[in-house]
Amino acid sequence: MSKDSLFSKKNRKLLSDPLDDNNPITVQVLGICSALAITVQLKPAVVMALSVLVVLSVANVVVSLMRKMIPSRIRIIVFLVVIAALVILVDQVLKAFVYDVSKELSVFVGLIITNCIICGRLEAFAMANPPGKAFLDGLGNSFGYGIILIIVAFFRELLGAGTLYGYPVLEKLGLYNLGYENNGMMILPPMALVTVGVLIWWQRSRNEKLIENN
Amino acid sequence: MNVDSNSYTFGFATMMVVIVAALLSYAAIELKPFQDTNIELEKQQNILSSIGVDVQRDLAKEVYSKYIKQEIVLNYKGEEVDGDAFEIELKKELKKANSDQVLPLFISNVDGFKQYIIPLRGKGLWGPIWGFIALEEDLNTVYGAVFDHKGETPGLGAEINQSFFQEPFIGKSIFDGETFKSIRVVKGGAPEGDNYAVDGISGGTITSDGVTDMLLERLNMYLPYITRLKTEMEEEKIITEIDSALILNDSLIQ
Repeated sequence: MSKDSLFSKKNRKLLSDPLDDNNPITVQVLGICSALAITVQLKPAVVMALSVLVVLSVANVVVSLMRKMIPSRIRIIVFLVVIAALVILVDQVLKAFVYDVSKELSVFVGLIITNCIICGRLEAFAMANPPGKAFLDGLGNSFGYGIILIIVAFFRELLGAGTLYGYPVLEKLGLYNLGYENNGMMILPPMALVTVGVLIWWQRSRNEKLIENN
Repeated sequence: MNVDSNSYTFGFATMMVVIVAALLSYAAIELKPFQDTNIELEKQQNILSSIGVDVQRDLAKEVYSKYIKQEIVLNYKGEEVDGDAFEIELKKELKKANSDQVLPLFISNVDGFKQYIIPLRGKGLWGPIWGFIALEEDLNTVYGAVFDHKGETPGLGAEINQSFFQEPFIGKSIFDGETFKSIRVVKGGAPEGDNYAVDGISGGTITSDGVTDMLLERLNMYLPYITRLKTEMEEEKIITEIDSALILNDSLIQ
């Protein structure tokens, strides 16, 4: 095992790569389902990003610790058990101590189990790397996931409902008096897909590494 | 050791399942009391907010006993029966036949006026929705309503727990003279001046319809009780009128 420090160049890349070059949503196209479903408002998007952060980093470490013990034929099942156990634990703890947050999350906590990013990272990274690196990879990918979620939710909430984090921004700016109206279409799921599409377009026009040559 | 052998795979799977099961059951048992307290306090908080009393969760218990004067249990004929109204789970009652159900009713007192609080439960788009509706002393005018849900779509159906949806219920009526009308949640907005309808939520039509159905179904179950109480009130009114007439008569004679 190489003895590089926690913040060596290689390790920093583990954190920064998923933010742009290897973003789980816009480049790997994983976790799209939740990105479409919960980006109507900023608040659930932020909470979802945080929950994924906890679950993904811990699951990555747990699987990485067990990577030499896991029989390869049932590894996917092992991943699912680890993820499901973590998600249930998080849910139970939230219900007991921060009831309001757990209500806010409701179905989303359960949805984390089906988030492809988590299974993908466990399979692609945690199974082949030591716990420290796996933890960084978990953090990096949850940031990459979270940042897209928050950007999409920002535009959908602002244009769809005229609020940000529940605060009526546009009303305070007095735009409605000038005849502006909210775009109800932004609230509906198809516009999430369009917004993600626009993001991908913008990212690729800026980052030439991502353009495929064919 | 060969981690890919059949026996190891079975052994690993068995151990893993046992450990995870033990861990989760331990967590569930340890956390249950905290969760139950939260749920109970939230119910009290919800009942209070249907009569316009907003309270922090920690204080719910105290304030609840201050405002809620009576908790009664009714059968489908509207007769009072024994039981603890607060402990009744509508989830279980709704699965029974109408004639087997028991109906909880809470009677509160705000500023010297009585309110009748009826618990509600129905179906939304993704799961159950529930709430409380408080009627004024006349058992017709809505004093307040509060709704909540398990997992309606955020930003759409989930908005039924927001005040902009709940406030328009205040002052609506459930009876047109003697006929029971309930309150409808109307897609695209309630007609101006309609006393039996409120605005629906755009994009949350199925949840809105769920609220309509829930109100109709639940309120309907209380009709026998409401009718009985109304008749009693009418009789009382007539008696007091006769009394005052008699008193007037007496004073005239003298």
